[in-house]
Amino acid sequence: MSARHLRGIDDVGADGLLRLLDLTDHMAEVGRRANPKVPALRGRTVCNLFFEDSTRTRMSFDTAAKRLSADTMTLAVGSSSVNKGESLRDTVETLEAMGVDAFVIRHRSSGVPWRISEWCTASVINAGDGWHQHPTQALLDLYTIRAERAARGAEGFENLRVGIVGDIRHSRVARSLTEALVLLGASVLHIGPRTLMPPTPLAPSTDDLDAALADLDVVYLLRMQLERIDSAVVPTGEEYSRRFALTPERAKRLGENVLVMHPGPMNRGVEITVDPAHLPGSVITQQVTNGIAARMAVLFDLLGGVDLDVGSPAIGSGGAAS
Amino acid sequence: MSRDAQGGGVLLAGGTVIDILGERRVDVRISGGAIAEVGERLDAADDEVIDVSTMVIAPGFVDLHTHLREPGMTEAETIETGSRAAALGGYTAVVAMPNTDPTQDCVSVVDFVRAEGRRAGLCDVHPSASITVGRAGERLVPFAELAAAGVRIFTDDGSGVQDDGLMRRALEYAGELGLTLAQHCEVSSLTAGAVMHEGECCSHLGLPGWPALAEELMVHRDIELVRLTGSPVHLLHLSTARSVELVRAAKADGLPVTAEATPHHISLTDERLRGFDPLFKVNPPLRTIRDVEEVRRGLIDGTIDAIATDHAPHPGHAKERPLDSAPPGMLGLETAFGVARAHLDLPLRDLIALLSWRPAAIAGLGHLHGRPVEVGEPANLTVLDPSVEWTVDPDALASRSSNTPYRDVPLVGRPRHTFLHGDAVVRDGVATR
Repeated sequence: MSARHLRGIDDVGADGLLRLLDLTDHMAEVGRRANPKVPALRGRTVCNLFFEDSTRTRMSFDTAAKRLSADTMTLAVGSSSVNKGESLRDTVETLEAMGVDAFVIRHRSSGVPWRISEWCTASVINAGDGWHQHPTQALLDLYTIRAERAARGAEGFENLRVGIVGDIRHSRVARSLTEALVLLGASVLHIGPRTLMPPTPLAPSTDDLDAALADLDVVYLLRMQLERIDSAVVPTGEEYSRRFALTPERAKRLGENVLVMHPGPMNRGVEITVDPAHLPGSVITQQVTNGIAARMAVLFDLLGGVDLDVGSPAIGSGGAAS
Repeated sequence: MSRDAQGGGVLLAGGTVIDILGERRVDVRISGGAIAEVGERLDAADDEVIDVSTMVIAPGFVDLHTHLREPGMTEAETIETGSRAAALGGYTAVVAMPNTDPTQDCVSVVDFVRAEGRRAGLCDVHPSASITVGRAGERLVPFAELAAAGVRIFTDDGSGVQDDGLMRRALEYAGELGLTLAQHCEVSSLTAGAVMHEGECCSHLGLPGWPALAEELMVHRDIELVRLTGSPVHLLHLSTARSVELVRAAKADGLPVTAEATPHHISLTDERLRGFDPLFKVNPPLRTIRDVEEVRRGLIDGTIDAIATDHAPHPGHAKERPLDSAPPGMLGLETAFGVARAHLDLPLRDLIALLSWRPAAIAGLGHLHGRPVEVGEPANLTVLDPSVEWTVDPDALASRSSNTPYRDVPLVGRPRHTFLHGDAVVRDGVATR
């Protein structure tokens, strides 16, 4: 029994996450075929409703839908104050009248996917709402952790120690990932100054990255928004980097099996001052690749897709050759 | 315009009177806008007799905190529709908040509001005025001129007066004129962008928090300014446990500080925001259960003087915006009695005190409203059915808006008749005009 929406991690729970991770494996296999396209969602319409600019996430969702043969439409409304007075409900009801099976929603305001799900019968997939949730990012991160750890001979989430570094307070990525990791039995440490932590902690926290590094299996760097520096949440970018960036010195101290992750886009020179291409544990590129498979899994699951292989011209030719 | 003109009055027969003097079973005859006779088994003569034998006759309620939205925001409410909601809620007087457009900061706007209230004729509309021009927090309004036009309560409600020196001068100047300043306690530098109470819930929901401290700092500052100036302050819509403590201590020191609390702050918590529904967005925000309990305790022990609705209508589409850009506020007038009754463990007489004569005194209306039910007193009365069970239907409310947080909530007790200067403005739960 699958959920109808993926608005936040609590729409699926631990079992749902594990099911989606297995499904992502299948989708990754599809992605490695010579023709990475299957007819699973033929005739279904996915509407990308992006009230906030996000080229990367939008393209990832769009590619995922197309690989499943769904029809897509995209409305990039932008996030300017011009739209503040507009009734969200009117927008959604108009689009649904055109025949939409799933809305993929990105909005600068926390909670918008929940409101929209009350106003329509389509499935709602959260592509990031305010500071709140970004569940497909969490899913692709979990998948990346599982796959990359397996490749390094480690299994399971139970003994995993993940440090999330930076602006936890304003991060939907941190909220979804923390919730998902804790559900699967991993331990999470939030690392950053108090001004970047939520008023009530969502996980154990510290402002001492150097002390924390020795005990981590995954170092997850968050994007440091430059506007936080402008609004005096941290004193200067330089000071932030000294205390919380992954510097070459800190990178040297990481064990060879420690994964380094980042949801992108990176602020080089701020939260990371080392070239990740030179880090053996960096899996940042894999995160991007896995994002498509994870979003395919979510679309397939919510929209009740049919057999992945039926009608695929790629059968037998591409397969899992790569 | 009432039956009085034709000679006959109204006889409220068989009810229980509850007022500042106590509780007694007597009939009440209303004639000529006043209470003509009070006694046992009065002769009906040519009066219209209303059987109120299961009901309570009380002085009409007085709301210290009503947003009527006119002038300027009549899509949400008008003085007439808001007055009707008030009358149906048992109110015979409301203090109209000044955050209209234009602001109630000069005599012409204040006169307009009062005149529209009179024209609607459903309850006494007493305009407040702002403390600063345009509620901008910079220049003081002409207090004496506005006082001469009948204004007794001054407030920048919607925001607090941030400037300590300006607030001190306002208190010194207005206090001398016998006026009361009412404060919306919110230090704005601590609430920039805030959507809900700062705590565990907002941390999970990824919403900017409104810390309790932002209210408490201004409560504290104003109490100290009262101590310095000797001028009275009324603190609007207290929402935090520590605010109640501060006011309790100020009263123990004998300072002229009064305070109000809303029905929603004693009935709802920040957990309601988990569905991101702007119906539950209000300023100050819904707090934790601990705060709710302390505000209730403050009302019960007399630390908080009055229940005030902060009735704040908004059109439906405004509450369909994302939570962070939707306007704060909820309806209150028609549900106040039932909600307060359900959430305050108080004898009916003490509850009525919080809704009637105590706020009447704060508003400077003690000569007209909240009066004892005695011969010669103005007939501003509400007749309550204390045991009727009803369910809140947002679309059935008289307010032009329907943003009540109590949709489908069952309540017990509701005003059944309301008399304004002897006129039956509500009969059997229906407004007569």
